[in-house]
Amino acid sequence: MDFEPSEDELALAEGMRRLLAGRFGLERLRRAEGETTVVDPTAWSELAEAGVFALRVPEAEGGLGLPLATTAMVFEELGRALVPGPLLPSHLAAGLVAGAAEGVVVVGSARPRPGAGQPWQPGGSNAVAPVVVEHLAVLGALVVVEEDRLGLLDPAELDGALPVARPLDPLTPLWCVDALPGGETVGGPAEAARWRREERVLGGALLVGLAAAATDLAVAYAQDREQFGRPIGSFQAVKHLCADMVVRAEVARAAVHAAAVTVDQPDVGDAERAAAGAALLAGEAAVANGRSCIQVHGGMGFTWEIPAHLYLMRARVLVAGLEGAGRLAEVVAQRF
Amino acid sequence: MDLRYTEAEEAFRAGLRRWLAEVVPTLGPKPSSLDWAGRRRYDTAWQRRLYDAGYAGLDWPVEGGGRGASPVEQLIFLEELELAHAPYVGVNFVGLLHAGPTVIVEGTPEQRARFLPPILRGEEVWCQGFSEPGAGSDLASLRTRAVRDGDEYVVTGQKIWTSHAEVADFCELLVRTGPEDSRHRGISWLILPMDSPGIEFRPLRTIAGSTEFGELFLDGVRVPVANRVGDENDGWRVTMTTLSFERGTAFVGEALQSMELLRAYRDLARRTGAWEDGEIRRRLGHLGAELDALWALARRNVSQAARTGVPGIGGSVFKLALSELRQRIAQLGTELAGPASLVWDDLPGFRTDGTYGAGTPVPGDVVASDDDVAERTAGGDGVVGEGPVGNGVVVGTWVHSFSRTIAAGTSQIQRNIIAERILGLPKG
Repeated sequence: MDFEPSEDELALAEGMRRLLAGRFGLERLRRAEGETTVVDPTAWSELAEAGVFALRVPEAEGGLGLPLATTAMVFEELGRALVPGPLLPSHLAAGLVAGAAEGVVVVGSARPRPGAGQPWQPGGSNAVAPVVVEHLAVLGALVVVEEDRLGLLDPAELDGALPVARPLDPLTPLWCVDALPGGETVGGPAEAARWRREERVLGGALLVGLAAAATDLAVAYAQDREQFGRPIGSFQAVKHLCADMVVRAEVARAAVHAAAVTVDQPDVGDAERAAAGAALLAGEAAVANGRSCIQVHGGMGFTWEIPAHLYLMRARVLVAGLEGAGRLAEVVAQRF
Repeated sequence: MDLRYTEAEEAFRAGLRRWLAEVVPTLGPKPSSLDWAGRRRYDTAWQRRLYDAGYAGLDWPVEGGGRGASPVEQLIFLEELELAHAPYVGVNFVGLLHAGPTVIVEGTPEQRARFLPPILRGEEVWCQGFSEPGAGSDLASLRTRAVRDGDEYVVTGQKIWTSHAEVADFCELLVRTGPEDSRHRGISWLILPMDSPGIEFRPLRTIAGSTEFGELFLDGVRVPVANRVGDENDGWRVTMTTLSFERGTAFVGEALQSMELLRAYRDLARRTGAWEDGEIRRRLGHLGAELDALWALARRNVSQAARTGVPGIGGSVFKLALSELRQRIAQLGTELAGPASLVWDDLPGFRTDGTYGAGTPVPGDVVASDDDVAERTAGGDGVVGEGPVGNGVVVGTWVHSFSRTIAAGTSQIQRNIIAERILGLPKG
């Protein structure tokens, strides 16, 4: 048993971090705020060249044949760098949608809203809310994720989709549709379960990246900003906010890695429980750390200029996409 | 990242599991937590069993008389002991986890030969004399004075939170040998024989009603200079060796026991019908997810220790998160138990069908210590113990949970450590 990332895994994550810092620097990303096409096709091909969408495609089929655990480390870096776009569905659709693995086709996903009459779930959407689709303008394919089925839809079929004028995350443009067609069936119950499980693990990894980046930003400010003649990071009230950010991120990272390894090595545990728990804790860590990051920055944290809000808002987008904390906690409750 | 155990690790686990299955059922009943002499007998007899089977000092280096097991084997050891509901380290805690490891690293060959084997064999019990009424979280401000007089130190002062002092043979004692304001630079680490003249122990009553620890008054106690471990005034560095051991795998058993407790609470919720409440189910699920995550973090810390050879700073994160989580689990238990959580004594009716007040309280059947909590929690699966969790466990767990965020470094001190040593934030 050796739960530490291998040298190769660390090198891959480090390489990804450097690549993303060069290609998706924050200043450059922020120029696309509020646009309907924040995904730049050139940048998307570069992600594809780096293997982001083909990480787990078998080597014989032109992929990298890596386990989910290694992939989770790459996704943590994508989260840390706030890389916009439908990263999760495009990666999960490799092998399901032609061109997804190569980055030629940008794949999005959407879930049908719960049917009328179904009970409202905490953290979920209710029966009167519209279906929300992210990044519709750049999508070449849309995977419809149902409870026991995956459907594939041509995004052009959503011709009545209304663009949202002010999406919460300025780097995740949204569209609303009244009804989501089921599309062509491309997977049954097993594939739908596989999608959900891996989406939870890799969504958790993106969220851990956000939680860690928010911590770094807050700590840098706490070192730098002076009041009462000394850095605010020397005050315990601020220190403890920062320490709690570390705890949340580290605990969530361990959970995400354990969930990923459990999917890779099913005999070591219950992958469903591990994936749901990891997504739950990673979502909470990212949202709470985004909030704390704003708090540590004081008034500046509430300004648009400071990127603290970007981590918080992206965390909300991802958490909302993961079907709600209530459902995730239920999964664990039924299985521990 | 690999969570599978190697063949050698699995073989170690299998051997240990076989041995535990043979031995644990033959152990006599555990003495009441108020019976200190009985507890010493019970805990040291268990240590002797471990010694005879070759499991004593598993994590100690071979040159200290231990087995030099890998951190992963230590983890397996703690996991299997928990699964088998084996006795806890109990009164052997300070000897095995603090004093012994310190003597191994910092002691002279004579000190190692004299003090280590009896700890491993369960023949001698140690207690800890670190904290003082005026030196808690700020341990370096301690004032218990040791004045050199020929081959002896004459020690005068007061210690507090001294666990197991009633039954201890030796005390790992921190004393001031430098000037009054010398702080970290003027402390020495002494081995104090507890039968020395001039020692008085007064137990402190805890909020659980028990006497888990107390105050130690030292009045002109003479300690041979030969009993000093490390150089004079170098005791702070010597002590840090000890504390890093405490933050290694020391809380792993507690994490595993907490999962067992949470399952017992889930079963309690099912018995009482609270399980039908989605909010309760989701709280249980959330706590389960957190425990799973901490078990993952424990394996990560152990893997790090295996690579680097030293317990990492991750121990602070683990200790802080686990102790805070334990309080939330304990809180949920009291809510599930309802009015029965107001009663220390076990209510027999509560235990069987979820109703309370149906039976007569069992006199003296009080959960007075953490070990009791662990013991009574066991049995939810029918292996050991007395069936489903009773209200005594709920109450005991809840009350004891408040000590967890204080002992071994308060949550506030852990946050300072994380902020200063991991994040590099400036000292205040």
